[in-house]
Amino acid sequence: MTTPAQPRAKAPHWSWPGLLEGARLSVPLLPGVVVFSAAFGTIAAQKGLTLFDTVLMNAIVFAGAAQLVAMEIWSAPLSFGTIVSIAVVTMVVNARFVLMTASLRPWLDPLPAWQVYPALLLTTDATWIVGIRYHASGGTDASIYLGAGLALWALWVVTVIPGYLLGAVLADPARLGFDLMLPIFFMAMLVQLWRGPRRAIGWAVAGIVALVASWLLPGWWFIVIGAVVGSIAGGFIDDN
Amino acid sequence: MTTDLISGPIAAIIAMTLATYLTRVSGYWLMGHVPMTARVRRILETLPGAIVVATIVPIVAKAGAPGLVGIGVTFAAMLLLRRNEFAAVALGLTAVALTRAAGF
Repeated sequence: MTTPAQPRAKAPHWSWPGLLEGARLSVPLLPGVVVFSAAFGTIAAQKGLTLFDTVLMNAIVFAGAAQLVAMEIWSAPLSFGTIVSIAVVTMVVNARFVLMTASLRPWLDPLPAWQVYPALLLTTDATWIVGIRYHASGGTDASIYLGAGLALWALWVVTVIPGYLLGAVLADPARLGFDLMLPIFFMAMLVQLWRGPRRAIGWAVAGIVALVASWLLPGWWFIVIGAVVGSIAGGFIDDN
Repeated sequence: MTTDLISGPIAAIIAMTLATYLTRVSGYWLMGHVPMTARVRRILETLPGAIVVATIVPIVAKAGAPGLVGIGVTFAAMLLLRRNEFAAVALGLTAVALTRAAGF
């Protein structure tokens, strides 16, 4: 780009204070992570996973919605076919991460790949929304993404243990509204992503297409379909 | 076909991990191979809000009255409370719980 729309921002970089700031920005999400992780631990225990397997899954998969859906298919003993089904379902539920990390490219592009890709492995809905909101308000420190990811990851790994051992502590998270944690948090973040009505046309298209897709298709495809159609529509609305 | 070397659950967890990591790196990788024209940049700038809206609308529509009240309260709180997202999220969840407790 030879004519940037706004003054060129500082190049992306890493910093220790950024790590802490990223963790701090993730604080509003932590109660939701605790409840979600504990609830997953309870379900995993009911499904017959060992505590080791449950903690391992939280530590290296680190994708709550996909893990919950995988528990629906999980059966003992696990056949090769079941494992393939679990992998495919995991990929489908996590397809939104493809779009989320695509949207990080304009921010992180100048950094070396060997630094960016490990940080991307910490991508969750929460990590991404903390990072993209920070970047939308003019920040460039990539450590925000890493710090938020590490804070969310640590809590996700630790809090599954009491959920597994105690079980049924939060048998009905819906009563406290925690099943709607994700849309409510996204709503709060959306207000901060607001940059005038031009982009909002694409957002409105995304919402309408996603709603129709959710009626027609099973699972989580509505997020990907709505977001792709809406952002392409936004791309075709010219600035002037 | 699960062998003695690696238990079924461990194999399933590794498969889930690889599937998840693929989704976490492929979008970023792909956008590194697409020329960053003004149009592509506009698409990527619209994308975060589009993902957020595409997530919120169907989930809230499915949740009915408690979902609408919770989202509405969160939105109002963000505007009124100087963008304090912690308070906005707490108020939104409280609104959901109260609406459900009221029998909706």
